[in-house]
Amino acid sequence: MMTLHLLNKSPQSMSLYSNMLASLSDNDSILLIEDGAYGVLDAHCKIFKDLPDAVGLFVLKADAEARGLSERVSALFEVIDDNQFVELTCQNEKVVSWY
Amino acid sequence: MKFSLVVHSSPISQQSAATAFRFAKTALEAGHEIFRVFYYGDGVLVANSQIAPPQDEINLPEMWQALAKQYDIDLVVCIAAAVKRGVLDDNEAKRYEKDSANLVAGFELSGLGQLAEAIALSDRVITFGA
Amino acid sequence: MSDKKSILIINQSAPYASSKARESLDVALTCAIFEMPVSLLFMGDGVLQLLKGQQPEALQTKKHEAMLTALPMYDIDCLYVTSSDLKLHGLHSEDLAVPVNIVEQKQIASLIQQHDTVLTF
Repeated sequence: MMTLHLLNKSPQSMSLYSNMLASLSDNDSILLIEDGAYGVLDAHCKIFKDLPDAVGLFVLKADAEARGLSERVSALFEVIDDNQFVELTCQNEKVVSWY
Repeated sequence: MKFSLVVHSSPISQQSAATAFRFAKTALEAGHEIFRVFYYGDGVLVANSQIAPPQDEINLPEMWQALAKQYDIDLVVCIAAAVKRGVLDDNEAKRYEKDSANLVAGFELSGLGQLAEAIALSDRVITFGA
Repeated sequence: MSDKKSILIINQSAPYASSKARESLDVALTCAIFEMPVSLLFMGDGVLQLLKGQQPEALQTKKHEAMLTALPMYDIDCLYVTSSDLKLHGLHSEDLAVPVNIVEQKQIASLIQQHDTVLTF
């Protein structure tokens, strides 16, 4: 049973990130949106790099582009568009929003 | 897939309200159903017809109104949250003896029961907050 | 309602400074009235909602603690906090206004799995 976690704050919101990470199951996915997109910077990859391989890591393209992150997305993340965002919510059984 | 969205975020001061709209539009264009959008907390501010954004900024009330008309979606604004924040339909304006109503046409004031129903009847419930 | 979907409400906000704490309980009560099973998880600052001895009179606002103690009347009695979040704020179960289930952080994932819908406040 897979859950999609939406996170919309920058890694500066450390307690939000730690609450979200504490809630992860192995096959869950994380989609960074809005200010959450800043999480793709290499400087923050330590938050994500030790997660199980089965955890999907995504960032929303519109938010990454708006914030000048297009050339700065860590290799850990897949950049997805709005259509793929919708698909992700279909593929996972529930969506938990962290904000 | 049948979605319901819960929007907590203010349409003016937070991006999240616009993300909710973009999600809804994308889902509808992809052939999914939006059962209900429930506006709660500061999310109710989107239903204020007195909002007058500058020309070069998005007008979320009008955008939701147009989307709801095109796809026949249910836009429900929590009545308690709305009244507290000065978003009133004719009934509430009368009840609270306010000068005028300002609820955007196409939105409806109702109770949290509508959220409970949306949760019960939707496949996915997505919260947009800030 | 057709099938009774179960709801997990995750609270991360302390009471009084933000309306979120109060809003989450209003949603919990409404869903419970519609006979939907509701559980509440208090994480991070959310744990502070449970602190007993709240005296908000000078703020002229409703006492959050009173709403919490009323929850069992609506059959909402599955309240969860993590031991790590209690420890974060230096609290113990005797500091709390209502009985709670203290769980380990690693149990949160299965709490989420056990419910049909998750709302966050």
